[in-house]
This record gives sequence, structure tokens and C-alpha cells, in this order.
Amino acid sequence: MNKNILLCGVGGQGIVLTSKLTASCAMKKGMQVMSAETIGMAQKGGSVFSFLRIGDGIFSPMFGHKQADIIIAFEPAEAVRMLPYLKNDGTVIVNTRQIMPVTAALKGSSYNSTDMLDYLKKTTQNLMIVDGDRVCHELGSPKVLNMVMLGEAIRSGVLPFTIDDAVESMKRNVKPQFVELNEKALRHNV
Amino acid sequence: MHIEFLMGNAAIARGAVAAGLNVISGYPGTPSTEVLETTAKINNGSIYVEWSVNEKAALELSAGAAYCGARSMVTMKQVGLNVASDPLMSLAYIGVKGGMVIMVADDPGPISSQTEQDTRHFASFSKLPCFDPSSVQEAYDMIQEAFEYSEKYCTPVLFRPTTRVCHGYASIEVKDENECVKNTPEGFVKDSSKWVIFPRLSYNAHIHIEKRNSELSDVFSEYSRNKIIPASDSNCRKGIASHGISFTYVQEALSGKSSPKVLKVSTPFPFPEKLAVEFLSGLDEVLCIEELDPIIERELTYICGKYHLSTRILGKLTGNVKTAGENTCDSVAANITDFMGWEKNPYAELPAPPELPVRPPVLCAGCPHRASFYAVKQAMKGEKSVFCGDIGCYTLGNAMPLDMVDTCLCMGAGVNNTQGIGKIDPDTRCFAFVGDSTFFASAITGIINAVYNQADMTLIVLDNSTTAMTGHQPHPGTGRTMMGQVVDKVNIEAVLRGIGLKTVETVNPLELENAIETVKRVSAEKGVKAIIFKSPCAVLVKPEKPYVIDSEKCIGCKKCINSLGCPGIVISDGKVKIDETLCTGCGLCSQVCHVNAIGGECNE
Repeated sequence: MNKNILLCGVGGQGIVLTSKLTASCAMKKGMQVMSAETIGMAQKGGSVFSFLRIGDGIFSPMFGHKQADIIIAFEPAEAVRMLPYLKNDGTVIVNTRQIMPVTAALKGSSYNSTDMLDYLKKTTQNLMIVDGDRVCHELGSPKVLNMVMLGEAIRSGVLPFTIDDAVESMKRNVKPQFVELNEKALRHNV
Repeated sequence: MHIEFLMGNAAIARGAVAAGLNVISGYPGTPSTEVLETTAKINNGSIYVEWSVNEKAALELSAGAAYCGARSMVTMKQVGLNVASDPLMSLAYIGVKGGMVIMVADDPGPISSQTEQDTRHFASFSKLPCFDPSSVQEAYDMIQEAFEYSEKYCTPVLFRPTTRVCHGYASIEVKDENECVKNTPEGFVKDSSKWVIFPRLSYNAHIHIEKRNSELSDVFSEYSRNKIIPASDSNCRKGIASHGISFTYVQEALSGKSSPKVLKVSTPFPFPEKLAVEFLSGLDEVLCIEELDPIIERELTYICGKYHLSTRILGKLTGNVKTAGENTCDSVAANITDFMGWEKNPYAELPAPPELPVRPPVLCAGCPHRASFYAVKQAMKGEKSVFCGDIGCYTLGNAMPLDMVDTCLCMGAGVNNTQGIGKIDPDTRCFAFVGDSTFFASAITGIINAVYNQADMTLIVLDNSTTAMTGHQPHPGTGRTMMGQVVDKVNIEAVLRGIGLKTVETVNPLELENAIETVKRVSAEKGVKAIIFKSPCAVLVKPEKPYVIDSEKCIGCKKCINSLGCPGIVISDGKVKIDETLCTGCGLCSQVCHVNAIGGECNE
């Protein structure tokens, strides 16, 4: 069974770590994994993506349009940007909080996250909207957004592993003092 | 053997170490940097690891080690090979004793480079064998084979991955420690007929190189990574030739389809001619899918002429594949669909999305370069002036509202660009901006040239005490090495004085008024003079308490935003605010605000 996963958002949201955790879950299950992500100039406040592929018979770390089983978007405009990669029956999990580009204040240009979410509602069959700010507030830390998003992705049933699998690989990848909080975030049913 | 999830560059480092690596040197540059960094991380102390001052120094170091029978590797990005091309061209004639791999990462797109140059050309130009891996696993395996070939044929070899291989990740099979090779170098054995380049040696070496490369072409025709994948439909008279990451896009596009014959070229030089002839036999048309330049396409076209084959060779030269930019799964699938005459996949088009935000890279909040650029800009208000930039984070000083980079060519070029501009526009105040790492890498000789030849310009050294753009590598001004030693720093001011500059001032750019005054005063002098703006990279120091805007005092003029373009200053609910998660407390904005609305803790 192959799964094409696309994580996207803005630099600094914890996307790369989430991708690594997901990869580690799949490897634990003995699956082949490949990924590719933004590195370098685009990191600081730029759009960040990570293509992640698990299963057999995958050749390239990237995939083409209409091939993602799931898009896990940490920012609504980034979900819209990457939407051409979604399969017709694919799932989108999107965080509601918009992040204005660092140049927005300068250019006076801004955008409305409601427009982005409306567009996603119009175009996506399986859409899960996560109020990441609220959930993080409930959990007491803005730093666990990535675990909240991964938890939701697993509960959507698209990823071939369980929350327990993710908790286990999280424990291997984060510092001991953050394990408890991250586990709470993964298990938090939005 | 066991499985690990590795980045391509980490896999290259691990492969080299598994092949008995003794010495690695390089100069940082995306997408090559992580090879040397990974080696430093996994080094048990037996490998000498060095970030050299530039690529030329790095290549010469590795060559010296390989003269002694060491297995050595030098790493750089494609434009770095331009800097190292002098030793490269001669070393090809001299050869090596220990295996030596020259790892040069190409960057189709380009994603973070000045050019889309193709290192495969450098292979044929320098007459050195070249290896072109297509995946992370292949990179791991192939680097080990590259060392074997290098040692067997006593020649350095080029190893040329591209960005998507360097920065892709995959779960791959790697050797256990007990499966790795250990190499004990013999040491340098004097033989001036071998190690000293002279016209006579070069003539003989040239004869030998041509003979060897002809032999290697045959050897590479048998090399398992150059291969023909038979057509699934034996009546199909079309073929596809590809290489590198594009080969995996071809595999993706053909997966589950009735596929034509495919040629995978892993050694673009010497080209596996016999294998190519076998591939071409029985084919009417071949589509070459390559990134950067049409090298396989030209080789196949040449072979068709040489062997009187009637196969039509298509690709970039015939307009069937785009000539610039990187390939993608989608672009390759479209190229193949057209070529094969397959029915196009009727995608249901998405409705037009709302306008999406553009997120260009900018200088970080608190970056001292912003202050330096702003100070020069203020000092030169109303003066005819030109600002020659260079390669590094500070190239981002070109963005609005700073708009302080008028030229940028290659590393170190700004210094002598100002010299030329000054000769034609003598009434212009010329400034060259150079970072500290770039200063050591390639600006010093240019400054000597400017001083001696009586140029009139101001050198601005943006000294943030690191190589920030590529991820904070040490350089001679930092006082530490990749072997973990703490050493004497090379002092930039002392270097400049040694060269003969009479005026060299070191200033903290975040003390804005003083910085502006210094620029006005120093730039008015004749000759070559320098200002070192010294302040550490904002990413490396613990941030100070964030500043706040007093909304009572703020008149909403947005001067802070429109002068500095700091990402830490935002507009929220129509009001100018400081994003406390981004603000590093550098205080530059508070010095720009003319109604004193921005302050530190006192305003809270």
C-alpha cells in the first residue's frame, strides 16, 4: 500500500520534524520511505513543504499533481497553494491560523483566511479544519501545533499507523522534558 | 547491513566513510554543505575534516592527501568548481595515488545558485570520470564505487548529485561498521617525474588520459549502474534516455504503463558508448530527459552519426524538453505522454484560487545587516553612489525597502566591480559590501588589486562572525575549526591594514547615529578605505527583550516599516505592532522612529 503525504506551511511551524516523525512511524512498520523538502533560502518565513512517500514501488522522493492522499497544512493559504497535488478523493487537514508574509506590512497587501477556507470547502471532499490556536491554548503551548496536526491526520484514518505508533516515534525524536506535552497533543482529540 | 533514513548528502558522507575516507575538505554551498557536516558529526577522530577558506584551497588540500595514498574527498557546489577549476584542470594530468572524489552538487532550477551550469561539462572538459547518482541509495553505493575507480585508475573522479538527490531523504541500506573499509595511507613518496607538472609530463599524460578514457568508456558500458531497461512491449520502436533524479521521474511516469526501452546513464563521462549503441539498435526515436544541459542528447546524436544510425534523437535541442529549470514528475510525465502519443490525462481543473500571499526570503528580524545597509543608505542620501553586493545573506539587502544591492555577480566580485564603475563614473561614491566568510574566501586579492591600482572606493565588511547563509559554518575569523580546536582568529582589520589601507574603522551598526556618521566621514576620504560593521548573526545570539510600540505615542506614519522592512514589525488591526515572537530587541527601529514611540522595557 502506497501513501503520498504532503505537509506544508510556513518556516518555523515544525513541519520538518513532523515529516521525520511520520517517516519514522512508517519505517518502524518496515515500509520503504522517501521524502523531499524545502531547504535553504525559503526557510525563514517562506513557504515550506515536505513530500513524504511510504510504501513499495516508489522511485522518486517527489510526486506530481493529483497524487497526494493527504495534505496536512499548517496554514490555510499554503493548503490552497499545494491543493493541485491532492487526489480527487484525498483528505486535507488544515489549521485555521493565517500567517501573513513578512512583507505584508510593507506592501499593505494582506489576504483573508476565510477566503482560503471557503475555497478549500468548495474544492475538497474530505476537509478537516483544525483551530490550532485554540487547541494549543488548551494544551498550554504554541509549540505543539505539529503534534496536534499529526494526531488529527492519524485519526482521519489515511495514515497507516496509530497514535501509539506516533507517540513511540515522538519519544525517540524529542527531548525528554517535552515528551509528556507532545504526547498530550498527539492524543488530544480535537 | 541495516536500514536508516538518511538525507542524500548524509548518505554520501556515510558512503565515503564506509569507503575508508581519511581526509575531507570543502567550502559550504547549497546544496552540498551537509556532506562535510555529516562527516564531521560521525567522525571518530580518524578523519581530517576542514571547512577551507575557499574551494581552491579545499581541492588542493585533498589532492595533497591523495598524493600520499589517502582516500580524500572535496565538497562544493557547482559554482565553487569555477573557483577550484585551476587545480582541477592540472590535477587531471597529475593524477592521484589514493582514491579522490570531487563532490560537486549541481542545482537545477536554480533553487539557490547564481547559475544553472552543468558539472558534466566540467567532466569532459577536465577529462575526468564523472558519476551521476539518481537516488539516495544509489548515492550511498556509488560514492564507494567512485573511490574504487579513482584508485584503480589513479585519477580523481567527479561525483555530481543534484539538489533533489542531495536534499531528498530515503530509507536505505547502509553497511554496519564491520563491513566498512579501512584505508591506511602509505605517505608521500618523492618522485618529481610524477608530481611536478611540466610540459613534457603533460604531453605524456594527455596521451595516457585519452587512452584511459577510451578504455573507461568500455568499462562503463559494463558498469551495472549504466543500464538498459527493456521495453515491456517488444514491438515498441521508441526509447527514453535519462539520468539522475530525472530517471526516477521517468520510472514514475512509466509505472504501470506499457513502457518503451529506457537507457539510464550514470557516467556521463566517459560516455558508455557501446551500451548506448546497443540501446539505439532497433529504435526509431529516442527522447532524452535531462536536467541542465543536453549532454546525453548530444552524445547520442554523435553516436548516431558515427555508427550511421537513423534513430532520431529528441530532447532539449529539438524543443521536446524545456531548456531551463528543474524537471518535475509532472513535466516528465507530460514530455513522455507527448512523445509516446498517449492520451492526455483529462484533469478536472480546480477553480481559480483566491490570490495567494507571496513569501519572499528576507533578512531575519534583528539581522545586523539591515542596520548596516540602512546606515549607508542614510549617509549617502543625496549623494551619487553605487552599492556593489556579494553572495551571502546580505544579498537579501536588495529587497525593498532597503534596496541596497545594485550589483551582484559572484563571490568577491563586488570589490573590483566598484573599481571598474569608479573609472567610468568618477563622481560616484562606490561601495562594495562583503561578508566575513566571503572576505576570506575571495575578497582579499581583489582588495590588494584595488589598493595598489589607486582605486577610490569604500569597502564595507559585514562581519557577523559566521557563514550564516549556509548554516553557520566556521571560517578563519571565527576562531574554531571543524576538528573542534579553538585557534587564533585571523583579524580582518589587521589584514586590511597589512594590505595598506590607511583608514579601517570597526563600528557596531546597531548604534545607528555613529554608524551613519562613520560612513559619511570615511567615504569622503580618497583611496580605498574600509568600515567593518561588526555585530553577531541574530540567529546565533540569545535575543534581548523584545521592544514594544507605545500606541499612545505612535502616529501610524509607518516610517519603521517603510525604512527597515523588518519582519518583526507588523500591522495588526490597523495598528503598527511588534511581533514579540520575532523581535530580538536589536533596537534599530527605536532609533528610526522620530516620535520615540518604540522603546524597550521602559515602555511596558
